[in-house]
Amino acid sequence: MSIKRREFLRLAGLSTLFGLGGKAAFELIAPGQLDAQSYAPEAHAAKAKRWAMVVDMRKLDDKTAAKCIQACHLTHNVPDIANPVDPAKAFPPEDQVRFRIKWLWTEDYHNAFPGEEHENLQEKLHHMKFLVLCNHCDNPPCVRVCPTKATFRRPDGMVMMDMHRCIGCRYCMAACPFGARSFNWKDPRPFIKEVNLNYPTREIGVVEKCTFCDERVSKGQLPACVEASNGALTFGDLGDPKSKVRELLRANFTIRRKAHLGTLPQVYYIV
Amino acid sequence: MLEQAFTGSKKYFGLLAGLGFLIGLGALGYYQQLTTGLGITGMGRDVSWGFYIAQFTYLVGVAASGVMVVLPYYLHDYKAFGRITILGEFLAVAAVSMCLLFIVADLGRPDRLFNIIKYPTPGSVLFWDMVVLNGYLLLNIVIGWNVLEAERNDTKYKKWVKFLIYVSIPWAISIHTVTAFLYAGLPGRGFWLTAVMAPRFLSSAFAAGPALLILLCLIVRNNTKFDPGREQIQTLAKIVTYAIIVNIFLFFCEIFTVFYSQIPDHMIHFKYLFMGVEGKGQLVPFMWFSLIGMIVAAIAMVNPNIRRNENTLAWACGLIIITTYIDKGLGLISAGFIPNPLEHITEYWPTGLEAMITLGIWATGFLILTVLFKIAVSIKEEVRA
Repeated sequence: MSIKRREFLRLAGLSTLFGLGGKAAFELIAPGQLDAQSYAPEAHAAKAKRWAMVVDMRKLDDKTAAKCIQACHLTHNVPDIANPVDPAKAFPPEDQVRFRIKWLWTEDYHNAFPGEEHENLQEKLHHMKFLVLCNHCDNPPCVRVCPTKATFRRPDGMVMMDMHRCIGCRYCMAACPFGARSFNWKDPRPFIKEVNLNYPTREIGVVEKCTFCDERVSKGQLPACVEASNGALTFGDLGDPKSKVRELLRANFTIRRKAHLGTLPQVYYIV
Repeated sequence: MLEQAFTGSKKYFGLLAGLGFLIGLGALGYYQQLTTGLGITGMGRDVSWGFYIAQFTYLVGVAASGVMVVLPYYLHDYKAFGRITILGEFLAVAAVSMCLLFIVADLGRPDRLFNIIKYPTPGSVLFWDMVVLNGYLLLNIVIGWNVLEAERNDTKYKKWVKFLIYVSIPWAISIHTVTAFLYAGLPGRGFWLTAVMAPRFLSSAFAAGPALLILLCLIVRNNTKFDPGREQIQTLAKIVTYAIIVNIFLFFCEIFTVFYSQIPDHMIHFKYLFMGVEGKGQLVPFMWFSLIGMIVAAIAMVNPNIRRNENTLAWACGLIIITTYIDKGLGLISAGFIPNPLEHITEYWPTGLEAMITLGIWATGFLILTVLFKIAVSIKEEVRA
């Protein structure tokens, strides 16, 4: 059977239409999954069904927390807005608060777990500084609202951020119940003292956040904060019953931030 | 018809020049923002949406309110509105244009704007907002233009235009509903997490939009040979009256749920707006003025003597425009972020540059409005001559 040129063009056009329609339909059923699945992990990458983190506050003192934050922010070229490379260009204090970029930082108990505090809390809770970061939620509202899929959830649970696709609408910042997202209100580069050449710096106008060190995990390494934490932070696979995180969750009482909102945060705290 | 835009009185061109000057100032400010980042605004990591998004929200309402003249005319065959439907449609065109400009002004990376179309994401309300706003803009341009042209040629507009008019009625409702859904579906923002958000948006829109249209009708009457008509203005006034009362009612519905349930996450934002929290409450006087002003205006509008007198009516409409503007343009957006989800309190106030860019966009909208109204009024004068 031979197809005439015209027939062929008609068929080709129709099948293209179908193809496009098919893609759109897939997007409706599983938004945000399409692009995430096209990543192929490296051969020696650490793999997991579901990455998660346990923060053991019994082992975390302020010094260790500061070390974790420093490790994270140095690794990822997170600008230190309070300390510009050129001290003459420092912002007034209220602007330092406004423009601050945080991937990993500390909060008091009543700020990290609002609504959970009461007047007669255990004494130690008054002094504890809780390390907080992106919770890599299983049901992330930031991914739901992003109009360009610049932020997306990988099948292994990492909530990723494509800073080259982000249009800077900041809808994700409104959606995140944990304040885990930062926007580049100013050019961040004059605020980075030592640039890590193995990780990109950012431009004006995009949102950024912790990505569970996907770039290190893909090389089989632990996240930078976990490595610096002297065992206070544990990172591992929730899908593996023998993993360290599962062991800790089995043996200890843990809490999560704002679990009642249904975002299913995957950072657990042992208090 | 476009030629009508290029002829006119000295006053007309003077107005265009004045608006052009403000647009130029806004453009200068925007250049500064484009090169050094959104840090020139008063926004920050805690209050990450501000004046631009608030103006956008208010103006979506003004745009949607065009339906308040279109619906009675086309669905209820209320003939009197035939004279002013075009004004309602052209007001919608100007308002939606401003909405789109405010969205672009708020983007950190406007150069990547088209990523919204390149990577369509039906799960995002912002994607749908883009669809409905652009659709509404197109509908109103096409409908307004065709109906006006038919009027000029003394013919009936084509059948497909009628079809588009019917489509535009639910579409108008959709733009403000989708805009309310931008806020009303976020788990961590107690202030916005309310089903009454979309109805409240619509009621305040159907008060503010027709109130603005009444003022515009009075301006048109005083400055041209075209009279939009006394009956038309009075019917609009009744629409404004009902809508502002519904808006106040819905506000108190919200207050009841929030304060009788006593859930802190929801109460704290209202406390911030009306009482101040931890000594911070720069919006408190504005919010009380807005609430009391809205009630005073509603009582005034209910009174037939005040409503029927076009001078007092104009004052009441002005008060409604200002008070709904404070409610939506100042309170609604920033209070959603104050306190932030970690219960830190950072206040927000727009900067001078931010206000300048905002003014530039308003001037752009009024330029579009002036030109479109000039065309419409010239045609109306021509037809009646």
